[in-house]
Amino acid sequence: MSAAKRTSAPEAGIELPVILELDNITKRFGPVIANDGISLTLRRGEVVALLGENGSGKTTLMNVLFGHYVAEDGEVRVAGKNDNLVQLAPGSPQTALEAGIGMVHQHFTLAENLTGFENILLGVESLFGLARGRGAARQKVQNIVRESGLAVDLDIRVSSLTVGEKQRVEILKALYRDARILVLDEPTAVLTPQESEGLFEIIAKLSAGGLAVIFISHKLHEVLAASHRMVILRGGKVAGKLVTADADRTMIAEMMVGRSVPGSKRSAMAPGEIILKFDGAHVDGVDARRSLHNASIEVREHEIVGIAGVTGNGQAALAALISGLVKPDKGSVQFLGERVSKFTPKSFMDAGIGRIPEDRHHDGVVGAMSVAENLAIENLEDGRFSSNGMLRFAGFREYADAMIDTYDIRCSGPDAETRLLSGGNMQKLILARVLDCEPKLILANQPTRGLDVGAQTDVHNRLLAARERGAAIVLISEDLDELFALADRIVVIHAGNLEDAGAIENLDRTSVGLMMAGHQDEARAS
Amino acid sequence: MEFLEIFLSANFWAASLRIATPLIFGTLGALICERAGVLNLGIEGIFTAGAMSGWLAVWLGAGLIGGLLVAMVVGALIGLIHGILTVPLGLSQHVSGIGVTLLATSVAYFTYRTTLPDVTSPPRIEPFRPLDIPILSDLPFIGPALFQQTFMTYLAIALVFIVGWVLARTPLGLAIRAVGDNPASVDSQGMSVYGLRIGAVMVGSSIMALGGAFLTMAAFDAFFFGMVNGRGWICIALTVFASWRPRKALLGALLFGAFEAYQVRLQTEVGSFVPGEVFLMAPYVLSIIALIVAARSADYPRALLVPWFKGQR
Repeated sequence: MSAAKRTSAPEAGIELPVILELDNITKRFGPVIANDGISLTLRRGEVVALLGENGSGKTTLMNVLFGHYVAEDGEVRVAGKNDNLVQLAPGSPQTALEAGIGMVHQHFTLAENLTGFENILLGVESLFGLARGRGAARQKVQNIVRESGLAVDLDIRVSSLTVGEKQRVEILKALYRDARILVLDEPTAVLTPQESEGLFEIIAKLSAGGLAVIFISHKLHEVLAASHRMVILRGGKVAGKLVTADADRTMIAEMMVGRSVPGSKRSAMAPGEIILKFDGAHVDGVDARRSLHNASIEVREHEIVGIAGVTGNGQAALAALISGLVKPDKGSVQFLGERVSKFTPKSFMDAGIGRIPEDRHHDGVVGAMSVAENLAIENLEDGRFSSNGMLRFAGFREYADAMIDTYDIRCSGPDAETRLLSGGNMQKLILARVLDCEPKLILANQPTRGLDVGAQTDVHNRLLAARERGAAIVLISEDLDELFALADRIVVIHAGNLEDAGAIENLDRTSVGLMMAGHQDEARAS
Repeated sequence: MEFLEIFLSANFWAASLRIATPLIFGTLGALICERAGVLNLGIEGIFTAGAMSGWLAVWLGAGLIGGLLVAMVVGALIGLIHGILTVPLGLSQHVSGIGVTLLATSVAYFTYRTTLPDVTSPPRIEPFRPLDIPILSDLPFIGPALFQQTFMTYLAIALVFIVGWVLARTPLGLAIRAVGDNPASVDSQGMSVYGLRIGAVMVGSSIMALGGAFLTMAAFDAFFFGMVNGRGWICIALTVFASWRPRKALLGALLFGAFEAYQVRLQTEVGSFVPGEVFLMAPYVLSIIALIVAARSADYPRALLVPWFKGQR
């Protein structure tokens, strides 16, 4: 990641005028205090990173700023004419827009059946008027595109744009409305490393032009590369404010979590027998996201194979194939040296394949059932859980008590309703269910998505322990940090093709990033 | 051959257009609601209420245009009920729609009965008369086939192009299409999702009511129980068939009208040895087949049926 941009005014010691002030913002949801007296200032041309774990109040704070929520206490002040700060009326997105605050949400707020240009015009023209002056509007958009470098085809439907292009339309939307303050909520969550870098270049260019930017993130390396200052939230309060030039990763991570976070240690280990082997496996899915072409891969004992790729490049097909949800249309799948002929989730589970699904709420647990039921659900035929076709709830509870203890699942007990668990605890439940059976092969599909640093470390350590025990693990992840921390080998998935990138020791982020974007040749050359 | 000769009669084409008219209104109305993201199954009841209220207004002396305005206001009010239930309250659009249909139908019957407790045969009004378009109506074949319709048929066709133009070319249309695809897109730009959706349901419902009013004010000249007879439901299917596009909706309504007109004529030709019910069924069977073909590739508004709540994402 380039650090080329840390050269602008704030560092040169010039005090630019304050453009935004959040003063003592407090927001409650019932008994939960999401924001507890948070204050923050932002100067013109400054890039401030807002960091924090899930539930630390980042998004709530930005929603207060943008008028989606009304804070119980505190006020938002925005620079008006002559740079004097004026209080912003709370609870009105319209007012926030007029004051020059633009927000790019994590989930894009674009109408996909309209063109980019139409999305930009949405809400700008008077609702009951005629579509006049679109020539002038187009001219203005083109000027913004030229100055910012946000190139994107604005005359095709948004649905046919890539995620990165959609994000550009979102930023253009804000700039078209003369935003002076741009808020980006987790802007890189869905981008390839290259796209992220492109985004940071654009942010640098815009901030040099006077735009103030707040960007929300929990990826430390990009925060270090792209911001001037950072504000760290924890449990709804400001845990610290740092100047990026003086900050380092451990310092930030500790502020975010509130204690020191030891990283996971991967010990060297010789891989053993081949557990899983694909030989030219082919899946014709309903669309490209669910297709796999001529995939060959080997996963051995004591080995974690990381599948790197941007979401939607065939990971779903790969995961479905490893779980027995689909049958290959061509090619073969071998498990423990034998060719698999029966593709059902049941036969795969019985053979010793454990699955940590991508969408834990939807595919991992039954939210309305209890923790004990969810823990037992994959092994109901086990003598502990049933006898003579009748369920033994005492066995359920006994087992659940043990698992809650061993895997540190925080809940009110075996009878707790599973949907009420936090993401991290829900994932611990799934880990307990999968790992306690000591599977020979584990499919971990985005196992730490949406988890905070503490829970992430826990998942990582559990997977490493399984590897130590002798399990073969397929780890599908978008997070390069995670892959580089855990995987022995990386296989890149792009447009349904698997490409073996090799042992982790010989790899760097740039070349993996290039391969993720489909530039195999450049990756080799670099 | 007699089967094909039917197509050569101007009378057949005129009947097709006449039968299509209420379906054009209904489909346009349903399409506006659904483009904004709200399925309006209240349509069958709105047809009944529009038919009754328009007719009653004329019978009470409001005049034909007055009757249409009354029907539209009644339609809009029923739309408001459905809108409030489904948009800010976020209730199931299916359940609310069926409830609204039952409510509107019952209230229409009740009002009719209490206003006219003693009549045995439904009183007739002076309806819209066929309006000859100068010059065009004198053309051979085409004139009697297409240009000797009532004012309401011309209105329906004009509305197709007006609605199409508003949806495609105006800021309002842009906002309606956006709110039916991703409400957050509208909200983040400072517009009211609730306002747009309720507004669209009200306007759509008032156009549906015109479809009902056509039945009593241009077709049958009187109000009967059960006269709507599923036409509203046909419009819901036609909306999918039309892929939410006004001009395709016109095409779909005309096709259905032609099936219907054809089966009536076919019955008189061969009705002696095939049961009449077969012919009555034919348009519906054909529309189901057309729907199967069209709906597979249909481009559903993404936010259709999905309630949206402010501040929740």
